[in-house]
Amino acid sequence: MRILLFPSVLIVLLVSLVSARAYEIEQHKIFPASQEVQTLRIISNSDIDIFAPMVEAFQRKYPSVSIDYTVVSSTELMKALYEERQVFDVAISSAMDLQVKLANDGFTKPHSSSVAGLMSDWARWRDHVFAFTQEPASVVYSKSAFEGLEVPTSRQNLISTLRNNPDRFLNKVGTYDIRQSGLGFLFATQDARTSDTFWRLNEVMGSLNAKLYCCSADMISDITTGDLAVAYNVLGSYASARAAKDPDVGILELEDFTTLMLRSAIIPAGAEQPEIAGDFIDHLITASWSEEGADYYPYPKLNHSEVAPNLSLRAIRLGPGLLVYQDNLKRQHFLQEWQNAIIQQ
Amino acid sequence: MTLEANISGSIRRRLTLQLLGIAAVLAALLFVMVMTYAKQVAEESQDNILSASATSILDSAAIQSGEVTVDIPYSALSMLGNVSDDRVFYRVVADGKYLTGYESLPEAYTAKGRENHRFITSHYLGESIRMVSATRRLSNASGPVEVTVSVAQTLKRQRETLERISTNAAYLGFGFFIAAAVLGVLTAQSAVRPVQTLANSVSRRGPQDLRAVQAPVPGEMAPLVVALNRFMARLKKSLTRSEEFIAEAAHRIRTPLTVLRTQAEIALRRVERPENRAALKEMIRAIDESSRAAGQLLDHAMVSFRTDHLEVKEINLLELADETLERLRPLAEMQDKTLSLHGEEPPYIKGDAILIQNALSNILDNAIKYAPQGEDVKITVTHEERWVVLSVYDQGPGFAPEDIEKLTERFSRGKNAEDTVGSGLGLTIAEEVTQAHGGHLKLSNRTNVRGACVSFYFPQS
Repeated sequence: MRILLFPSVLIVLLVSLVSARAYEIEQHKIFPASQEVQTLRIISNSDIDIFAPMVEAFQRKYPSVSIDYTVVSSTELMKALYEERQVFDVAISSAMDLQVKLANDGFTKPHSSSVAGLMSDWARWRDHVFAFTQEPASVVYSKSAFEGLEVPTSRQNLISTLRNNPDRFLNKVGTYDIRQSGLGFLFATQDARTSDTFWRLNEVMGSLNAKLYCCSADMISDITTGDLAVAYNVLGSYASARAAKDPDVGILELEDFTTLMLRSAIIPAGAEQPEIAGDFIDHLITASWSEEGADYYPYPKLNHSEVAPNLSLRAIRLGPGLLVYQDNLKRQHFLQEWQNAIIQQ
Repeated sequence: MTLEANISGSIRRRLTLQLLGIAAVLAALLFVMVMTYAKQVAEESQDNILSASATSILDSAAIQSGEVTVDIPYSALSMLGNVSDDRVFYRVVADGKYLTGYESLPEAYTAKGRENHRFITSHYLGESIRMVSATRRLSNASGPVEVTVSVAQTLKRQRETLERISTNAAYLGFGFFIAAAVLGVLTAQSAVRPVQTLANSVSRRGPQDLRAVQAPVPGEMAPLVVALNRFMARLKKSLTRSEEFIAEAAHRIRTPLTVLRTQAEIALRRVERPENRAALKEMIRAIDESSRAAGQLLDHAMVSFRTDHLEVKEINLLELADETLERLRPLAEMQDKTLSLHGEEPPYIKGDAILIQNALSNILDNAIKYAPQGEDVKITVTHEERWVVLSVYDQGPGFAPEDIEKLTERFSRGKNAEDTVGSGLGLTIAEEVTQAHGGHLKLSNRTNVRGACVSFYFPQS
């Protein structure tokens, strides 16, 4: 309702006119307060559509806080905070490695949360990084494109299905461009760490002239339009929203292993409103971790135990291990190898 | 002369304080030792894992097409995250040239540590860090290349561990102190207990009890006890000697006095002149007084001697009083005074009959003497709590209240008895006898009627 009432709401798409800013903004929206006193500036790689209910629920609790919500890619988020030191009060990202790097390298403020007791220990790091979702990296496919084929259940299956049907899948396979997407890079490095099949899958996808994407949403769109038959490492949480609307969209959680990403929030070191930022993080934690849950929580319900009920689910652990692939040499080396595999023309 | 000791300090307090001091020092020492050890262990375990991390990074170093490269294993940094959520920094340098990692990270140069692992504690990005640097030589086509890997971790976990241990160590030290303090107080108490026991046993003694201390005492106290025993022996000897002397003197005086009294009475029968008769009567009276005093001195000497060697038997106090009464009746009748005895059963006590009789006859003698002519002297035997009380009532002038306290002292005489014959030893004898029997003597004036009351309190048998 409020969105309709206030004309000041604006959405800026991929345009940046503000000077001294080099990072790319995808979306920008202000959630005005009914009685504005303070503004909380959030930089996030969560789409506004999905995340808005969380923001609005926060504003019901804190009606004096306007929220300035900027959507960027996880790589741009890193650039904005790490290189340009832009001022934001909360940074929300699915790229766990970048969040940990920010915290490790001193770009965050600690927050001693009063509701930290709700969280499992593995969901936060150093009182700096607070995870509030658990989202699988899934395979999303078009059911019609797989007609007459057995739906693969593992990477092995997927590799042989793709390899055996090059005509059907040529130019119809998509995955993250890990040079652009921080989340794609995180998924890829975790896959590579877990199993060698990742490289063979990349080889096969490369041979099918795989399309590379910046974001999950685009991949899912292309599945619905029929431009893609199968997309690898798509955020399951986004896909299930679409699958509910489009019966042709299928989601696979591969049985050999499925990586679980934790979306997390940090308070950047340059935050001007660290206290409200802390309140916002507490709000995220309460919505996600409390037993009763919250109806406005837009992500799959969290699993409190570290060992997932399904053993193939592998949660990425917050911690300094995530810094390894952020190492310059390691990163270049990994990207080089990945490019060699996936870009074959 | 003062009876209070000149007190300077207390062995028990001094001992307690010293033990508490020792306990405090030991507790502090314990705390420091635990902390030192804990710090060492915490540092060592952090050093070990940093070393392992650095080694695994160093192992991944290789020469690829003439260039040094490292492929940091995932475990190299994730192992650091396994044990703590400390921040992690690293840097790889080849021949002094920065290769990867945190470029501004310092390097540990001091050759402390094992093999070629060097450890330092330093600062980076505003936090204390523990860092290891390890070096390895690779051979390139152009010659050997030295690759140095430094891995650092902040000290949050170590600090937390130490804080936790320090809290526990503080509790431990405090508990140790409390336990040691309690033991110290008990030790101090038990150390001085023999002294107190000795003091109690000596102060519990009756005034005539000058026996040597026989109870066993610790070796350290032996000189004191020996000195005390010697002192008491000397005192006893000198007392005995003076008692003997007095008894001897009294005896020697009494015999000629008896002769003298006989002569005086014979002379009295012979003389006619009233002034001579009066002089002789006065002389007889003086002789009586001296004779009586000598008798009491003898009695007292006897009492003093016998209280040391009581011949304890079961005594019927009523019988004893009756016998004494009968013996004194002629004297009373001479003065026209009635003696009466009233008793309650059971009248039994344990004691030395001769002593008690002596004491009673001294008191009765006094009572007869002080009671006016024609008045009664009454003796009762009653019970009061655990005491058997033998009371002698007269109808004389009573005690002057201000005298009551000191009348039992030797040779002390009441103010209102100055015109009567007496030595002042009667009450002393009575008191010494009752005390020797574990009892006491009570002097009072009768209520409502004229007269004094002397009560012997003996413990019931």
